[in-house]
Parts: sequence; structure tokens; C-alpha cells
Amino acid sequence: MTMLELYGRSFESRILLGTARYPSPDRLAEAVQASGTEIVTVSLRREAGGSHAGEKFWNLIKSLDVTVLPNTAGCYSAREAITTAKMARELFQTDWIKLEVIGDSESLHPDTAGLMEAARILNAEEFKVFPYTTEDLVVAEKLLHAGCEVLMPWGAPIGTARGLNNEYGLRALRSRFETTPVIVDAGIGLPSHAARAMELGSDAVLLNTAVARAEDPARMAEAFAEGIRAGRNAYLAGPMQPSDMPQTSTSLIDKADLRE
Amino acid sequence: MRVTVNGKTREVNNQLLSEILVECGYQQTCFATALNGVFVHRHQRESTRVVQGDRIEVVTPNAGG
Repeated sequence: MTMLELYGRSFESRILLGTARYPSPDRLAEAVQASGTEIVTVSLRREAGGSHAGEKFWNLIKSLDVTVLPNTAGCYSAREAITTAKMARELFQTDWIKLEVIGDSESLHPDTAGLMEAARILNAEEFKVFPYTTEDLVVAEKLLHAGCEVLMPWGAPIGTARGLNNEYGLRALRSRFETTPVIVDAGIGLPSHAARAMELGSDAVLLNTAVARAEDPARMAEAFAEGIRAGRNAYLAGPMQPSDMPQTSTSLIDKADLRE
Repeated sequence: MRVTVNGKTREVNNQLLSEILVECGYQQTCFATALNGVFVHRHQRESTRVVQGDRIEVVTPNAGG
């Protein structure tokens, strides 16, 4: 099986897992282990003086021996996202950043203009940017031109669990940018959604809530890992093309003549 | 002077960011800072002067998707 290559680093696993909304730190740790993920997403939030909640969370993540991908979740401007990325680089000691610039608080639709602006500035400052974007081919082209080496199109709006809203768009993205890693991020609800994203040729899937809010997060994490492996294998195996015309699978040649 | 720390208005006695952080109880090392929306590197906190009305943000690692 080929490895997932992201900014010069190789990974066996093709599932990236978010760390939010688990019932407890133990359930989070179990899900990370069950998924086999090598990359987890984290964020930055305010903390009151004297609290050690952030440090405790960070110690838990470090104990899991995974690569961290900090996000800029909740940022509504390029400027906010850039400041968040710089704070994340200092705190998590990584130049990786999952760049989110949200344009609308209800739909959580990415602000692709703000995204492109932030990506250009962060790439110039030697960040390794993972841009959360739509399937828009022109935006993708501009993100790559700005120095991004990965694309992260949405499956569906964040937290909706709707699966893939635009398969055509994801297929078009895959075929237009054949060698760029494509990670489908957000909106995934079921392992079958993730498998479908992989069948379309995506290189990996990033998800969070579908695992965290399952009754048994570890089991769901394992199910997602299996779905993603199955989808990847199916893509590599070269699926047959659908047809409107039925065709028997069993040959009719030399069928016995049993007419009365 | 009056400043805003993580969205809450506070009266502080010091002027340097590093001193204000200690005054506000940030004894731990695991945090990052911004002043008026601009990142302040941990090594710059001791030379960063805060003035009345400034907005200080102090963030730590948290769960995220």
C-alpha cells in the first residue's frame, strides 16, 4: 500500500481525527488508538490565569504519540487566522496549520477569499498550510499557486454528517490536481461516506464529530478506519463503470436446453 | 490602568505584558499571547509595553476538529 505523503512526511494511516466533543479524555484516547490515526487536529482557546486545563489536554495529546495539526477554527478573517496560526506554531512547536477562515456563522461556509489571502501570507512565513476549502477548482488552483501542497475540500458543511454533498466536484478536483494530496474534511457522518470519498480518489479523510458523538467512539473510529481502507483499495483496484443495460454475470453459452 | 484580558476588563498595576500576565495568574508556561490581535512571541513579552485599553489574549491547547 502506498503511503500518504504530506509536506515531505509519510503516513500509513489515511484517517485524520479531530479531538473535540468526546465524552471524556479516556474515550478520546481510545478512539485515537482504535482509528490507527497518525495525525490529530487540535485548537487554541482562552484560558483563565491559574488554570491548567490546556496543559493537561496537551499532555494527553503528547502521550498518544501522534502528529498534531492545529486549526484556526472559528476565525472569520485572514488576520485572525494568521495570528492564531502564529500562536499555534509557538505552542505546539509545529509549522503545520489547518487553515480555516469561515465566512458565514450559520452555514460555516469557508470564506475562500480570506482563505487565499491567509494562505499566501502563511506560506510566505514558511507555514505548511492545510487549507479547508470548497470544491472550487479556481480557488484550489490559487491555493496551490500560493504555496499550499495539500487541499482539504469539504464533504459537507461542518458538523452536518451529510456525507458528500458534491461528488462531481470532488471527482473534478481529483482529476484536475492528480498529484496533490486531497483530504476530504468535514460533513462526514458514516464510514460509508468516508469510503465513498476514498473511492473517488481522495487521499485521506479528516473527521471528528461522527466518531466523538457515537455511542461507542472507539468502535466507530475502527469502523471509519476500515471504511477508509476499503475505499482506498477499491480506488486502487479500478472499479468497473456503471451501465444502464443489465448484463448477466453467468454466461449463457452452453446453457442446457431444458424446454419441454 | 484598565485593559481587557480574554474579553474581561481588568485593572492592572504593571505595564509590561510579562508582568501583567503574572499579575493575572498566568504562572504556567503552556500558553500563547496576542496583543490587540497581533501575536506576541514569548520572548517579546518582557519588552512589550501595554497601554490603557489594550486587548490581551491568552490561549492554551484545546480540543479541536
